[in-house]
Amino acid sequence: MKGKRNIKEILLYTMLIGYGFVTLMPFVWALSASFKPLSEILKGGMNIIPESPTLDNYKFLFHVSPYFPRWVWNSFFVSLTVTVLNVIFNTMAGYALARLRFRGKKIILNTILAVIMVPAQITMIPNYLIMKALGILDTYRALIFPSMVNATYIFMMRQFFINFAKDVEEAAAIDGLNRIQTFFRIVFPLAKPAIATQSVFIFLGMWNEFMKPLLYINSQELFTITQGLNSFKGQYATYWNYIMAASIVSILPIVLLYILLNKYFMHGIQLKGDK
Amino acid sequence: MFSLKQKEEINGYLFILPAIVVIFTFVLLPIGYSIFLSFFKVKLLGGVQYDFTGLKNYLTIVTDERAKIALWNTLKYVIIVVPTQTMIALILASILNSGIKFQNGFRIIYFLPTLTSSAALTLIFMWMFSLEGFMNQFIGWLGFAPKNWLGDPRVALNAIMVMNIWSTVPYFMTIYLAALQDIPRAQYEAAEIDGASAIQKFLYITVPNLKPITNFVLIMGIIGTFQLFDQSYIFSGGSGGPSNATLTVVLLIYQYAFRTMNTIGYASSMAVVLAIIIMIATIIARKINREESLY
Repeated sequence: MKGKRNIKEILLYTMLIGYGFVTLMPFVWALSASFKPLSEILKGGMNIIPESPTLDNYKFLFHVSPYFPRWVWNSFFVSLTVTVLNVIFNTMAGYALARLRFRGKKIILNTILAVIMVPAQITMIPNYLIMKALGILDTYRALIFPSMVNATYIFMMRQFFINFAKDVEEAAAIDGLNRIQTFFRIVFPLAKPAIATQSVFIFLGMWNEFMKPLLYINSQELFTITQGLNSFKGQYATYWNYIMAASIVSILPIVLLYILLNKYFMHGIQLKGDK
Repeated sequence: MFSLKQKEEINGYLFILPAIVVIFTFVLLPIGYSIFLSFFKVKLLGGVQYDFTGLKNYLTIVTDERAKIALWNTLKYVIIVVPTQTMIALILASILNSGIKFQNGFRIIYFLPTLTSSAALTLIFMWMFSLEGFMNQFIGWLGFAPKNWLGDPRVALNAIMVMNIWSTVPYFMTIYLAALQDIPRAQYEAAEIDGASAIQKFLYITVPNLKPITNFVLIMGIIGTFQLFDQSYIFSGGSGGPSNATLTVVLLIYQYAFRTMNTIGYASSMAVVLAIIIMIATIIARKINREESLY
């Protein structure tokens, strides 16, 4: 009986480690190429550790390539701005829908629930024309404006506030704080876990977004990192050493965020599964 | 002055205003505009010029050879990717949940592809399959001649499929893992007393208990796969090649809207059809889920 159990465990661990290998292999292979000179890549070989390791590929990105550092900055700026605006607007909207009484609330809530289901493909063409009319194509605003609110997280914040004890706010009202003061001084800090969860996912979504910058940004100096990677591939077709170094740089901030804020990532996905 | 009730009402509108403005301008208005565009031939010459053509755009879809190819590619992709990723996610989640050590360690590593942008993933995969890449080194080591994987139409879509299964599995696995915690332990204990094997427990307890989650995962998978765009675009430089092998419905909509002249209206009609298909799928899934939860 004990022997049988051991065989079963060995089998399970083998499967898990095998899948771990499948998961990590492409990343390791990419990381390895980013430290190899082009000559070593063209020569072929399956060695993970470069024969003549070099930092030249990364130096090329930040010192020679004209736009790469700018693309990284653009992605940071846009993702961070969108995250901050989302946190403020989604939390305000979720709070109003959960706590305040006003006419038309039910219609607004139902509209927001319906908007969650709308696929992005139906809005991509008209949004191009609308932004053209507003004169914001090819600016940061073209990326920020349409993304500064998110129906899914408005709904998540509403659910959070509905299950959230009212007494703190009532105490604040007795202390003479009005609604807006109460919201920013009392409610906002208390909603920290829910806010952290949405921040992480909004930042990740914006950092990884590909289609919107492709459609709405034209100038090389305004490209985001994902769009930049694509144009990099067009420009340096077979210079896999450069392309992989660029890919690794684009992944790094997200991996750091993931390591630091791991619990919020897991929490957010489980919330979606419960819907 | 305002009464307390009026004050609350004003605050309510104030708090929801930014959300309403954005959702109206960039979601509701565009939906209406999209439907409008789909009945016109639209020309962009400095300004925008509309010529009413009735149902012509919709009728053109049926006779468009490239639309047929795109739809066929997308369907093939949905039919293969959705069941495969769901099955792998379920099996991995069950193994991780079977009291294994280092559960968290495995989970954290597995999740890496889900975090990575479609752009970086596609480039990494292209590098794996390139002439000097890992695949060719590996088959060379086995004694075969290197192949031009990326230029082979029979390989291109398959490579994208493998990549997407690989990057979506961890996401659904995490959802399954959370749901597995909710299955009552007593059911497994009862089965063990009856002498059920691990595979029997998986088939007769785990799978039925997870049915609502599986529905959710399937439908999210269908929605996601129908929208395939980034990977095809980066893989083919926007062309859908080699030989239309990576042409998907959304990529075709993009080409008609932004690459060819005067076909924005036609592209809109395709987008409307795609949106209707996706929304019907979503609504059906929600219905199924609601009925399930009655039991």
